[in-house]
Amino acid sequence: MPLCKITILFALLLTACDVSQLNNPYPKDQDGQAILYQSFDERPKHLDPAIAYSENEYAFIAQIYEPPFQYHYLKRPYQLIPLTATKMPDIQYVNKQGEKLGANADIKDIVFTDYIIDIKPGIRYQPHPALAKAANNDYVFHHLNENQIDTLSTLAGFNATGSRELIAEDYIYQIKRLAHPKTQSPIAEMMKNYIVGFGEFSEKVKQLPKSAIKDVPMAGVTAINRYQYRIRINGKYPQFMYWLAMTFFAPMPWEADVFYDQPGLADKNITLDWYPIGTGAYLLSENNPNRRMVLEKNPNFHLETYPSEGEPEDKHLGLLNDAGKPLPFIDKVIFTLEKETIPRWTKFLQGYLDASGIASDSFDQAIQFTGGSAELTPSMLEKNIQLQTSVETSIFYMGFNMLDATVGGYTEQARKLRLAISIAVDYEELISIFRNGRGIAGQGVLPPGIYGYEEGKAGINPYSYDWKDSKPQRKNIAVARQLIKEAGYDNGIDPKTREALILYFDTTSSSIDDRPMFNWYRKQLEKLGIKLVIRATDYNRFQDKIRKGNAQIYVWGWNADYPDPENFFFLLYGRNSKVEFGGENASNYQNPAFDRLFEEMRNMDNSPQRFQLIQQMQEIVRHDSPWIFGLHPKQFSLFHSWFLNRKTHVIANNTLKYQRLDTIARTQQRQAWNRPNFWPLLLVGALFMLITFYAVSTVRSRARKSLQ
Amino acid sequence: MINYIIRRFLYAIPILIGVNILTFVLFFIINSPDDMARMQLGQKHVTQQAIDNWKQQHGYDVPLLWNEKAQAAEKLTNTIFYQKSVGLFLFRFGTSDSGRNIGADIKERALPSLAVALPTLIIGLIADICVALMVVLFRGSKLELGGMILCVILMSVSSLFYIIGGQFVIAKVLRWVPISGYDDGFAAVKFIILPVLIGVFSGLGSGVRWYRTLFLEEVEKDYVRTARAKGLTETQTLFRHVLPNAMIPILTGVVVVLPMLFMGSLIMESFFSIPGLGSYTIDAINSQDFAIVRAMVFLGSVLYVIGLLLTDISYTLVDPRVRLS
Repeated sequence: MPLCKITILFALLLTACDVSQLNNPYPKDQDGQAILYQSFDERPKHLDPAIAYSENEYAFIAQIYEPPFQYHYLKRPYQLIPLTATKMPDIQYVNKQGEKLGANADIKDIVFTDYIIDIKPGIRYQPHPALAKAANNDYVFHHLNENQIDTLSTLAGFNATGSRELIAEDYIYQIKRLAHPKTQSPIAEMMKNYIVGFGEFSEKVKQLPKSAIKDVPMAGVTAINRYQYRIRINGKYPQFMYWLAMTFFAPMPWEADVFYDQPGLADKNITLDWYPIGTGAYLLSENNPNRRMVLEKNPNFHLETYPSEGEPEDKHLGLLNDAGKPLPFIDKVIFTLEKETIPRWTKFLQGYLDASGIASDSFDQAIQFTGGSAELTPSMLEKNIQLQTSVETSIFYMGFNMLDATVGGYTEQARKLRLAISIAVDYEELISIFRNGRGIAGQGVLPPGIYGYEEGKAGINPYSYDWKDSKPQRKNIAVARQLIKEAGYDNGIDPKTREALILYFDTTSSSIDDRPMFNWYRKQLEKLGIKLVIRATDYNRFQDKIRKGNAQIYVWGWNADYPDPENFFFLLYGRNSKVEFGGENASNYQNPAFDRLFEEMRNMDNSPQRFQLIQQMQEIVRHDSPWIFGLHPKQFSLFHSWFLNRKTHVIANNTLKYQRLDTIARTQQRQAWNRPNFWPLLLVGALFMLITFYAVSTVRSRARKSLQ
Repeated sequence: MINYIIRRFLYAIPILIGVNILTFVLFFIINSPDDMARMQLGQKHVTQQAIDNWKQQHGYDVPLLWNEKAQAAEKLTNTIFYQKSVGLFLFRFGTSDSGRNIGADIKERALPSLAVALPTLIIGLIADICVALMVVLFRGSKLELGGMILCVILMSVSSLFYIIGGQFVIAKVLRWVPISGYDDGFAAVKFIILPVLIGVFSGLGSGVRWYRTLFLEEVEKDYVRTARAKGLTETQTLFRHVLPNAMIPILTGVVVVLPMLFMGSLIMESFFSIPGLGSYTIDAINSQDFAIVRAMVFLGSVLYVIGLLLTDISYTLVDPRVRLS
């Protein structure tokens, strides 16, 4: 009887569970819903648009906050279009006397540039307790008492929310927040140089709480009317337009700071840094960066439609199928913290994550190279997984410290030594061995996709490459040996010591996984007879060496803030020298000719004349060789066939709103891929029975023996 | 006994101050407040002004241990050490360098750590004792020899192998449970089955060998021989006499680790995406978040002191011959 009961209970249990997908990490009620499942491996530090500056932070806030401009999703080269603005800004140049100048005014006459921005009326903020108002028009939650705060644990604990219209003042308020020292915005120091009155404002409000800056004026930013505002910047700085497409310049209602600055809320982790308030397509409904972050469709999102224009092949790829339809298409996005690559990859293959990158340990499983091009393996094709590749607007370069006595300096001897090393360090090999072919060797400062990048023969670095068979080919090592001989180090022998020249490579990597790469670097310089000593240290010591100019050779990278050559060439501008000025020029390269061209180029609009200047600058840098141009990483992203409207955009981050899911196909595929295998249970059961039988019989036989 | 407990708690205060000083000195030998600021501010556009501003906002703009410029007691109190340490003794951990409240984070993360560690400990203990008793029961037989060889093999394998292997077989090939993740309430069960199973299995080798040693020591004693002479079977002797007497070292061994269960397991939590305290500490070390490191080391020390105290108390409970004074 008990056995019968157990059997019935077990049968009931089995029928109660859905055994078709026991490994499903999501609740059953989410099946069939338009929920996108993504993962993140590092919790974002900041979600305040005045502070956030990392890719993993932008993945969230770019969906929530809306600056006045954005990048076109489909068009290439990257193109700015209005987002909350009604049109592109009216840009006015002003001279010393305050008079307006024409669009073609001489740069020397331009003292200020005014950006006049009109925003769309009727845009509303997401529902948020900071905006909740009572019947008498007072804010409900702006004067919380201790008891009210004690009962809270998350923002969802507030029993009312409100909204209001987006106005020009909100954009101005955000710029004031950028300037407030307590906000600690990473771009505050830089913006002091551009926005008129930014520095003075910062000084004026430094003792005030964040919530008290609303009515303190900043000279350079003014609201012209409810939907129009003006930003005045010093001189001409065309790249400022790109900053206006970044979340730093997204609007912030003053109510947010008044609400979040109430004492006691920060102790509950209820801060603006963790609970954003925006006008974007999504709102953050759950924020547990230790486990899961959830974006939900903003019910107050204004009308925005899917683009109806793109590149010629976009129509064929189905990227224009949703043209004109209102955004967003996905109801909810669940980001789950997955630190390890193996579970993340497995979940993707099981269909529980909709998209994935490719970690090096699963690369061979996903990609194969046929005829030099990357293609999906049959196992991926079988699952109808899609691959998209794109070269990132980044550069990883090997820099020489130009202040160093051996590799630095501007003598012909030092230049030839650097050039010889540039030829010897075979970045094509590095990309092949250590990056699974994910990257292209750099030919200059600019990566593809940035204005001024030139393809083909004209775009190669003629000091390290030849143009052969319609592609760049690294010069023979004999050329490098000849160069090093001319540099005074015949066969790599230092004439002072009569031994192999010793050079030092400073790096932050010290793990055992990095050793093969260090050995590879050593071997590259051994081709020239040079001995490379690896000086691995922690990040802070490395930074300290770079700051003080004590490093000799190092590897560093730069990811573009915006698609303009200025954002790369400034890394070599003399006035940005790390040692002298604390800037981003870690090689401390200073060439007056280059600096002159840079100063001219940076303030120009894109034109054939600017293109020519860029080529001249490339030539100077290639000639002087303060960097080995290293590589531009290539992004490989995989996604399932049910994940639609995907087009890689390496600059824009607010792309979730364009994407769509075929949930029916996803449900079917998940069920087909995740049927559990129960047969090993029988095997384990049989083994257990066998051992038990053996044990029991042994005990019995022993007992019999002892009785006898 | 109450006097003893109070005395032990008082002894703990200088120990905790010492641990705190040691953590502080070790951390700041490697990192300066400037380094911490750079780590938090990122790599782009970081100026000295921004660093000074960060230090001022986070209270790192005063001297480390002794403030020459301050007056009287402020020479000691107006320092990073004093200001960052005094709250710890009231369990006010303050705010992390990245801006989150540490106390709230610890509260949130302790439960997932416990959800994995406690079942692993209990099931592991039962499994270890059962298998160890079996092995003792079959001592001198091929089953014991086979069991011991298996234990040595199990002990020799890295825990990482169990995790990756377990995930591959159970979650990927057999598809019985989700490969990683966590959820609230009972929904967490399907996520913790695999880590618990792996935790139990990976500890089986060493656990069985350890308990086997305890049981073997016990079975040779006179009272066991008397029990056998009275006609009890080997099974009855083991379960009725050997097991209760061997429970004293087992219990004390378990009690000492109980408070530490809150601290979580680093590798397990990381591989199974369990939002516990183990990964919290390592993340803080990697990001040089001194506030979290200090809080976690302090908490670890407190829990360890409590663990030792509980062990002493448990002795008196399981062995009437022991008296605390």
